[in-house]
Amino acid sequence: MIRRATAWHVATVADTRRETASARRIELEVPTWPGNEAGAHVDVRLTAPDGYQATRSYSLASSGEGTRVTLAVDEVPTGEVSPFLVHDLRVGDRIEVHGPLGAFFIWTPAAPAAVSRPTQLIAGGSGVVPLFAMAEAHATAGDPSPLRLLVSVRTPEDLFFRRELAALTTADPQFRLDLVYTRAAPAEWPVPAGRLTAERVRDVVADASLRPRVYVCGPTPFVEAMSQWLVADGHAAEAIRTERFGGSR
Amino acid sequence: MISLDGSALAGALADVFGQDVSAATCRCTQCGDVGTVAATVVYATDMGMVARCRACSAILLTLVTAPGGRRWFGMPGIAAVELPG
Repeated sequence: MIRRATAWHVATVADTRRETASARRIELEVPTWPGNEAGAHVDVRLTAPDGYQATRSYSLASSGEGTRVTLAVDEVPTGEVSPFLVHDLRVGDRIEVHGPLGAFFIWTPAAPAAVSRPTQLIAGGSGVVPLFAMAEAHATAGDPSPLRLLVSVRTPEDLFFRRELAALTTADPQFRLDLVYTRAAPAEWPVPAGRLTAERVRDVVADASLRPRVYVCGPTPFVEAMSQWLVADGHAAEAIRTERFGGSR
Repeated sequence: MISLDGSALAGALADVFGQDVSAATCRCTQCGDVGTVAATVVYATDMGMVARCRACSAILLTLVTAPGGRRWFGMPGIAAVELPG
């Protein structure tokens, strides 16, 4: 695997669009970007006119070579950085990004001739961002191994990249998307809205006997619960990679 | 206070080590557990970050940032770090 040099880069905002009621998709042009694997993140640093700096980590929704990177930022109402990124950042603005970061939480397609294990991705809310990058990388590579993505969100409107995910289910025959709604489900949804349970996880997640590579991303309590249930179901702890985030800053 | 994991430290440690060490492993001085940097228990405030051993909760490393950008980095609980090749 290529080892990518991590560095601070100047990024220019190339495009923004509303992702959900509380989140914004931001596309950055980063001329010095070395490319990144799926699952990587960046630290974004803002500097106020008086010199005050604030830095926060955001997962990349994109991967591959090229100088464009995509973030999807969820607003933390009491936050210092996310409200600015979601409401005030404009096309043409420049920000500093540090990356690519996160060498442990990355997914790469298997080598063409290799026998590879299936992949199970589990996302809580905005934890879908790096896992979407993985699902997209899987499709782009034409990886023949099965890849499942389980996403737990409050309502259908809270799902990031929902059009792209729907497109992947058509374009990638090995991709399976499982959605769990915890507050409100669509009208004809077969399962009433409710918290993800150990039983539901066992039903949709690839069986431990298949030895999937598992990636879990979301708020810390979600990640901890998922990890415990997966281990209880027989998945080896070493097969599970996790990325926790907090929502308080 | 909500805990994160070593992913939250990746950038700050890259400034110290000159490379992303998320996938490196570290040995806890207190209990001897060898864990991935990415898997450590991390608490972050505006003052800085603390990483604790997931097995025994001993403090592995501390990173304090002053408003001007000066930083103090300590590794009181790490016996050794192994960097992947």
